[in-house]
Amino acid sequence: MTDSAQDRKTKMASQFIGALPHAKALGLTMTEIGDGRAVIEMPYDEQLIGDPETGVVHGGAVSALMDTCCGAAVMVHPSSRGGTATLGLRIDYMRPATPGQTITAWAECYHVTRSVAFVRATAMDDDGERPVATATGTFTVERPRKAE
Amino acid sequence: MMRKPEPVQMVKQRRDAALERLVGGVPYIRFLGIKFDRRGDELTAIMPFDDKLIGNPMLPALHGGATAAFLETTAIVELAWAMLWEDMENTGGQEFEPQLFTPRLPKTIDFSVDYLRSGLPRDAYARARVNRSGRRYASVHVEGWQDNRSRMFAQATGHFLMPSRDE
Repeated sequence: MTDSAQDRKTKMASQFIGALPHAKALGLTMTEIGDGRAVIEMPYDEQLIGDPETGVVHGGAVSALMDTCCGAAVMVHPSSRGGTATLGLRIDYMRPATPGQTITAWAECYHVTRSVAFVRATAMDDDGERPVATATGTFTVERPRKAE
Repeated sequence: MMRKPEPVQMVKQRRDAALERLVGGVPYIRFLGIKFDRRGDELTAIMPFDDKLIGNPMLPALHGGATAAFLETTAIVELAWAMLWEDMENTGGQEFEPQLFTPRLPKTIDFSVDYLRSGLPRDAYARARVNRSGRRYASVHVEGWQDNRSRMFAQATGHFLMPSRDE
C-alpha cells in the first residue's frame, strides 16, 4: 500500500471516531492510529460510574472503549477496506480501574482473512504494570468492490 | 392464626422501591438511559433509543459498545436483584426497609458478547438468566432484542464475582 493510501485511512479512522456519537458521549479521544493499531483514551467522568460506593467506572464503559478501539484497529489494518462491525467481543476484567484516572485502550489487529479480522486489546489506567482489562474480538471485513 | 395478607399495593410499592434503590443510584445506568420493567421478580431492561448510542452514523446502527454495556448492565442488575429479592422475601417482606438497604453489586470477571445483527435505531430490550449462582461466582446469560422477541440482535454470557454476604 502507498503512504498516501495509509494516510487516507488513518485520517478516515480518526474522523470516523470523532463522528461516532457514542464515542463522543463517552469522551473518547484517539491518540494513536495506523497499521492495524489504535490507542484511545477515556477520561474519568462521574457519569460513567458503575459502583456509587467506590466511584469505579462501569465495566460497560470499558467494554465500549475496547469495542471502539478494536474496531478502529481493524479499519487501519493494511488489508482492511475501511468499514467493519463487531462479530464477537470478550472482555476479561482484571481489576477495577482507579477512580479519577484516565483509562487507555491499546488495540492490535493481528490477523485478517478475507472475511474476518482478529483483534486483541488491553486497557490500563495510570498504573502501567497491571492491566485493568484485556479483550479479544472478531470483526467483519468488507468485501472488495468490483469497481475497484 | 393466619396473618391478614398484606395489601397488594404495599407489596408492589416495596418491591419497586427496592428496585429503584438498586438501579437509581448508578450514574452509568442513567447515562445510557436504561430502565427496568418489573413483573413479579422478572426484570426486562429497556434502553430507549438515543442519538448518543449510535456507533455507525451512516447506517445508522447502535454502537457495539453501547450494546455490550446494555447487556452487561442487565446481567449485573439481574444478579443483584435476585439477591435482593431473596433478602426481601425471606424476611416476609414487611420488615424489609428499602431505604436502609445499601446495594452491593457483583463484579464482572469476564463478559463475552455475540453480535447477531446490527442494532437498529430503536429501543432495545434485554433479559438475563442466571444459569448458576454460588457463594462466590455466578454465570449469567443475557438476550437482547428490538422489534421482535424471537430475533435477538445480541446475546452475551459472563461470569461475575459475588459480593461477600457477611453482614
